[in-house]
Amino acid sequence: MLSFILRRIFQSVLVLLVVGLVAFAMFRFVGDPIDTMLGQERTMEDIDRLREVLGLNKPFFIQYWDFLVRAVQGDLGISYRQGRPVAEIIVERLPATLELALVSGFIALFAGIVLGIFTAIRRDGWAANTIMTVSLIGVSLPTFLIGVLLIYGFGVGLEIPLPFTDATINTGGMPTFGRGDTVDLGWWTTGFLTTDGLRSIILPAITLGLYQMTLIMRLVRAEMLEVLRADYIRFARARGLKDRAINFRHALKNTMVPVITVTGLQLGSIIAFAIITETVFQWPGVGLLFINAIQFVDIPVMAAYLMLISVMFVCINLIVDLLYVAIDPRLRVDGKTA
Amino acid sequence: MTDTPETPVKPAAPAPRPMGRFARAMDSDVGYAFRRSPVAIISSAVTVIMVLAAIFAPLIAPHDPFNPATLNLLNGLTAPGVPSAFTGDTFILGTDDQGRDIFSTILYGLRISLFVGFAAVTFALVLGVTLGLIAAYVGGWTETIIMRIADIQLTFPSILVAMLIFGIAKGITPIEYRDQVAIAVLILAIGLSDWVQFARVVRGATLVEKNKEYVQAARLIGRSSFVIMGRHILPNVLSPVLVIATISLALAIIAEATLSFLGVGAPPTQPSLGTLIRIGQTFLFSGNWWILVFPAATLLVLALSVNLLGDWLRDALNPRLR
Repeated sequence: MLSFILRRIFQSVLVLLVVGLVAFAMFRFVGDPIDTMLGQERTMEDIDRLREVLGLNKPFFIQYWDFLVRAVQGDLGISYRQGRPVAEIIVERLPATLELALVSGFIALFAGIVLGIFTAIRRDGWAANTIMTVSLIGVSLPTFLIGVLLIYGFGVGLEIPLPFTDATINTGGMPTFGRGDTVDLGWWTTGFLTTDGLRSIILPAITLGLYQMTLIMRLVRAEMLEVLRADYIRFARARGLKDRAINFRHALKNTMVPVITVTGLQLGSIIAFAIITETVFQWPGVGLLFINAIQFVDIPVMAAYLMLISVMFVCINLIVDLLYVAIDPRLRVDGKTA
Repeated sequence: MTDTPETPVKPAAPAPRPMGRFARAMDSDVGYAFRRSPVAIISSAVTVIMVLAAIFAPLIAPHDPFNPATLNLLNGLTAPGVPSAFTGDTFILGTDDQGRDIFSTILYGLRISLFVGFAAVTFALVLGVTLGLIAAYVGGWTETIIMRIADIQLTFPSILVAMLIFGIAKGITPIEYRDQVAIAVLILAIGLSDWVQFARVVRGATLVEKNKEYVQAARLIGRSSFVIMGRHILPNVLSPVLVIATISLALAIIAEATLSFLGVGAPPTQPSLGTLIRIGQTFLFSGNWWILVFPAATLLVLALSVNLLGDWLRDALNPRLR
């Protein structure tokens, strides 16, 4: 058990070091920092002096080490485009992304589990079949297209004629741009405390959560179907337990292990796919920052985002791994041999 | 040469007519499964039609959307199927603000989307299969390094990796060449973000194959490792690769559209379906829905049919499901 945890932590550190190396190499080799910082009028002495100040004359791995030390201390360089420290920009943008990820993760988990149970219990019902077919289309639909279609349907709105009257009803009117009104709590800006902010998060959160929702739904359904065939469920039925007790107390509990793993791992991709959603809805989070950085080749921001997201990913993977062992006792026995 | 004694053969049943390649393919197990599955027939038909439409775009398209001489600004923003108020021209799918026929731009966009998709998957396939074969056959440190890199890359969603590679490549190329190399960079980025699946599957299959007798025999008669990997093992590990390639194609097409939609893909001079959707989005609020809806529908139908085809192929080639 302990060796398993230690090995996992060692692997995580290795991943972070490699990502750090990639980020550092971007700094060092994509464009010459001396070129960027000194203007046209420069002497060889200027170049040498700046090289000395920036430490560019040191061996590669010493520079890499310095870079890592600075990154850990929160010094991620200065954005080429905005001329401000990257760490400051990211801290400012992070709340928007995290709130979006939180809401969409919640939607995905809640709706995914409910629909998954429903489609598993009513396996051959028409409603369950319809949900399964629609979900197949949902998987093929690229995230950005979902966002655009939601904007079209609920932002711009469609005129739907009311039956038996001449009047039409417009489905639009939802905010589709930015976070709406936010409240500044000093170190955190939140959209949860204003109606406008809450309304603004609905469409982006659905866009972001839809794919994850279909994934969780299919997983819960598959696991439920598997578990419902098991002997102990048949035994529970033979004991005359109510369907509700069997489905929720016995079956659901045993489907949760893979669901937790997948949900945890999906949390990482929610943050990554937030890039797309944020661009569609002009949501001022770190994803939009990253896309703009790519468009304008703002290397420090790109490198910082890369490191930030890999720290998140590695932590999530590590926690999920540990959680997995904690939840499933069978793995603890195997842990010794694995 | 010794004369083999003529064995008297009775003219039994008439020899079966020699079949062509296509007929033989349709007669195989997979061909049988194909004929029985309406999903497979429809989705492959749609895919083939789209590929043909893309290849012959210059012949089918009523206008050349990139030749300004054929455009008439007076045709701008004509609704689909309705004659233009100024010139009386009719366009099946309407026009954009420049008077470009949407149907033609979709055909040309499809061309770029499919080209990038196929090229990226081919690149990923060649890279992944080669590295997977080498990792499994050579083993040792080579294997550790290759598979560790694969593991690390797999931690991150491939779309993120593609964006990052695109960004770095953009930083390296001088500004004046950026638009010219954008398509190549896009192929490289999507291909590099997608090789891991191929490498893992091929490695797994090769590990099984390399201990089989035919490989040992080939080694005994002194064939080189290169020949053994390429001529003997490779053909035996290819069928799962085919499935992954089909599913990857759908993913690559979506990835390309996503990157282009976000403005970090195909340049405006070579608009793919994603770029067209990006442009169409800006017209949404003015009520010109056709500029967005038709490219979006094309992308959706394409991605869906390739996806369904991949799903079907996975089931058809899986002996356990027969």
